This record gives sequence, C-alpha cells and structure tokens, in this order.
Amino acid sequence: MRIDCKHVWGHISAYIDNDVDPELRAEIDRHLETCEICSAVLDSTRNVVILMADDRVFELPVGFSDRLHARIDRELEQHTDLYGSTP
Amino acid sequence: MTLPEPEFEAECIRRILAGEKHLFHDLIRPCERSIYFLLFSLLKNETEAEDVAQETVIKVYQNLDKFRGESQFRTWVLSIARNEGLGRLRKIGNRREDSLDAETDEQTGDYTPAILTSWREIPAEALEKKELGAILRKAIEGLPEIYRNVVLLRDIEEMDIRETAAALGISEASVKVRLHRARAMLQRSLAPQLKGFAPKRKGWFRGRA
Repeated sequence: MRIDCKHVWGHISAYIDNDVDPELRAEIDRHLETCEICSAVLDSTRNVVILMADDRVFELPVGFSDRLHARIDRELEQHTDLYGSTP
Repeated sequence: MTLPEPEFEAECIRRILAGEKHLFHDLIRPCERSIYFLLFSLLKNETEAEDVAQETVIKVYQNLDKFRGESQFRTWVLSIARNEGLGRLRKIGNRREDSLDAETDEQTGDYTPAILTSWREIPAEALEKKELGAILRKAIEGLPEIYRNVVLLRDIEEMDIRETAAALGISEASVKVRLHRARAMLQRSLAPQLKGFAPKRKGWFRGRA
C-alpha cells in the first residue's frame, strides 16, 4: 500500500504522540522520506507542540501562587473545625 | 509540569485529614498550573481564572475527605476546577456559541495543513522572545473551547490522553480527535506567522514521545 499526503496528514497528531501502529508508522516514514511537503508539515506541527510545552510560553500571572496560598491560609485559620485537631 | 506522586499525595491527604492542615499547601502546589490554565481556557480572562482557581482550591480542601483515590488526585482536582469554571461561565452568562459539551465534532473533516518549508526547526533563542509566547497564546485562545481545553491539558500541561479525558469528562477517542484537529488548526494559523523565527540550525529537538 502506498499512502498519499492527505492520509499522512490525518495521522500526524497520533504520529507525534507515538500512537500509530508499527505498520502504519513504517508507511508514513517511507512517505516522509520522499515527500518534502509532508516532512515540513510534520516538523512544523511538532514544533507547535514543543513550543506549547515550554513553561516560558505560558506563565502563571505574577504573584498567582502567593495569592493562592494566602487564601488557603485564611481558609485554614477560619475553619479550624475541619479535619482532626490542630497538632 | 510537576509530575504527580501518588504516594506523597496519599500520605499528605491522610495527614491533613488527621489534623496537619498546613500540608495542604504542599499537596496542591503541583496542581496549581493545571488548575489555572484549565480555567483560563474556559474563561479566557486572567482575573476570572485566578478567582475561580482560588475557589476551586478552597473547595478541594473542604471536600478532601471525599476523595476516594479512585482517580489521580490531580484529575479529581481538575474535574472540580472544570465544574467551578462552568458554574462561573453560567453566572456571567458568557456561554459562547461553541458548545461546551458538544460531542458532535467527531465527524471526519479535511484539514489541509499550511504548506511551508521555511519554518521547520525551532531556534532555542526564539523561545526567549516575548512575542513568540504572545503569538502562541493568541492562537490558542482563538480555538473553539472544546479544542482549547484539550490542547491546554495535553500539550501545555503535558497530561496523558487518559488523564485529559478523565479531567474533561470525555472519551479518550474524543481527546485524540480533538487534539488532532486542534494541532492542525494551530499549525495552519501559526506556521506562516512563525516564519519570522527562522531556523538557525538544523536538528534541534526532534521527536517528542
């Protein structure tokens, strides 16, 4: 079986996640060897995925964690009756 | 992302319920980012997302004795976050056109990728540039909500398919389909814009899984 570009595009996400069966993976790999367009699409999609995972791209608002834990502290002080007894 | 540690969590929860309440800070810390970004993806507003994140965490604390350990702690926390977020959306009457729980997106459709050959490798220094982050955030915020959630949890918080499905209350098959669509949409919208961050060297960071 010889797969075409559209077929490859349909599996790109699963391919990036290593979630295609070995047979299909081999077919896609064979296609990629000779298809510059599909290799470019694969690389750019993978780049998007890699970029999104970078903690520097999506940062929590400044002070988010401090404010959250201050709120937790207030809750712990207010509801001292919840859970066990304070050691 | 901080990986969840089930044994640490179970021990923490046991001790909190026995009275060592201050340990709740340590228990919730690894979940903070995921809570915030899930809510941000729902509410599309930093202030609202932070506010609901705080409410979520308080709710988690108040209901901690109800956690049964049948799912991962973070999955349980995120399902609470999602409910709180949906509650807030209803309250502010901001239910957008894209259905929040539509399962109708599973039909196959053709997504033609952006064809390009000049943006294939990411120069590491591009990540330092603030505008790259802004471009990415804008593209993700532009996705329909059902895709945005999946991308946020799977690609930004790097959860696996199973945990993403559990946190969003959808099937693993739906996660895969939505993720595929979302990535294709992002590739289409981002690839041409990211050409400016031109390749400097080849072979940087190939492969992910």
